[in-house]
Amino acid sequence: MKPSWIIGQVVAQEVNLFAIIMFFVIVVLTLYITYWAAKKTKTTAAFYAANRNITGFQNGLALAGDYMSAASFLGIAGMVSLKGFDGLIYSIGFLVGWPLIMFLIAEPLRNLGKYTFSDVVAFRLKQRPVRIASATGSLMTIAFYLIAQMVGGGSLITKLFGISYTTSVIIVGAVMTAYVLFGGMLAITWVQIIKAILLIGGATVMVILTLSQFGYNPITLCQAAVERFDISVISPGSYISNPWDAISLGLALMLGTAGLPHILMRFYSVPDAKQARKSVFVATGLIGYFYILTFFIGFGAMLLVGHEAITAGGDKGGNMAAILLSDAIGGPGFMGFIAAVAFATILAVVAGLTLSGASSISHDLYINVIKKGMPDERSEVKIAKRATITLGIIAIILGLIFKGQNVAFMVGLAFAIAASANFPSLLLSITWRNFTTRGAVWSIVTGSVLSLVLIILSPTVWVDLFHNSSAIFPLKNPALISLPAAFIAGYIGSKLSSEPEAALKYDDEKVRTHLGVGAH
Amino acid sequence: MVKQKWQVSLLLTFLMLIIYFGFILLIAFDKEFLARPIGKDLTIGLPIGIGILIVAWLLTGVYTWWANRVYDKQVDELKRKML
Repeated sequence: MKPSWIIGQVVAQEVNLFAIIMFFVIVVLTLYITYWAAKKTKTTAAFYAANRNITGFQNGLALAGDYMSAASFLGIAGMVSLKGFDGLIYSIGFLVGWPLIMFLIAEPLRNLGKYTFSDVVAFRLKQRPVRIASATGSLMTIAFYLIAQMVGGGSLITKLFGISYTTSVIIVGAVMTAYVLFGGMLAITWVQIIKAILLIGGATVMVILTLSQFGYNPITLCQAAVERFDISVISPGSYISNPWDAISLGLALMLGTAGLPHILMRFYSVPDAKQARKSVFVATGLIGYFYILTFFIGFGAMLLVGHEAITAGGDKGGNMAAILLSDAIGGPGFMGFIAAVAFATILAVVAGLTLSGASSISHDLYINVIKKGMPDERSEVKIAKRATITLGIIAIILGLIFKGQNVAFMVGLAFAIAASANFPSLLLSITWRNFTTRGAVWSIVTGSVLSLVLIILSPTVWVDLFHNSSAIFPLKNPALISLPAAFIAGYIGSKLSSEPEAALKYDDEKVRTHLGVGAH
Repeated sequence: MVKQKWQVSLLLTFLMLIIYFGFILLIAFDKEFLARPIGKDLTIGLPIGIGILIVAWLLTGVYTWWANRVYDKQVDELKRKML
């Protein structure tokens, strides 16, 4: 048998003409959507929330699109292809957060807020301190998530077109800035919907083609993997060796989903709580199905591409496994299609992140802190657009600094910050009458600072990046410490201060949370 | 009514937490259990893992079904009374 990894490698280094055509088709199509959306995007409600006109099903697709990022598709497939079963731990963790969003967060969020989740945290508290703190938490989460997406996007284009990593990262940054700048939420939503359909369709075809080489039987695929390696590929194993690491990662993945600003923001684009629910149901189903597909894709890549080819060219994270597999099973044409879809995925997710970052800066910081809540539509959109450009440049710089990290792992860190900084204050403000401004600020500051410091002291940064001999903090993921600490800080801060107005307003909040009366 | 809504939400939340952390704790402390082979070339961990993905989705379905059939009706009634 000819070792297929050789084929994969040769084609990857040549310029794939079909891929370039697909790439341009997708860019032109999405820019056309942006142009169409731009004509409808004049107000702040349009820019941030697509005029709240998106249906539950459409929003479900868009949520799935936002969530099925480069990390899911490239990162998890890569991780499964290199580590086997352990990749599944990530996909399960990424999915189980969704039911919690639905049970605890989605409806209150829809009914209480306007554009950002800080609206909910600050609903009955003092605006300025809470806004500053929660906007900082959002922006930190967004920064880490952006790193993962930019790194994935950069290495993908490098592989496809043979241009340098630096140029690739700049292209991703520039195109996505254009989406956000001109089309706002409406453009991004439709880009997400189209991309979600293409991605799920493409992944399905990929799995069918992979299974066709194993008699259309998933068990035969497992058998082949066990024969090639041993039973350990379908057992939990090497990657997460420390039990506390497993628990910490689990916490971060599950509760981080409920603290991701760009996901939470989507709930404002539907008309009411009922549609918000429906969108979570649709999204969870699609994402779950997709994760099952990525698991097969990972195994397919492990067998049909091989470890050496996946990690060739210094890609130690295995981010290119899915792309190489598409070449091995469908030839360069199919690879072009899959690569273009993966590229669209990255663009769309990065654009969604940037929009939520921009809304955090303009809506939370500019309007509610600097302008003290005086609404001014024109300057708000203007500030949001300037913030978009700034974030685009920051995204490019971050992408260049963090070259070569596994994107699923980087996203794991983003989730740890989201779970520690954003989720505790959000949950406490929805559920606890005696939550106060001080409690909220303490909780957010503790969660974000602690998770960031522990990440720096962890083996990943302290040893791998700074080349120290041993890590000061033993866990790879900080959530096990920083998440409970954020809850405790919120509790102590609230107990040490009293805010009768906030407690009184809790009853108003409750009526609005549950009935949707007075919601925007 | 609000109490009932939180009861349903919390019940489902705990169910999800128990399932997920049950799985994580197995990975953390009893890897052999998940590595136990079933049949010739499968481990018990595989169907469990994929099962969790499906159960998570079914739980969101249960909640949506409950909220649409029971909760929304109560909300509408209450709103009518208030107006």
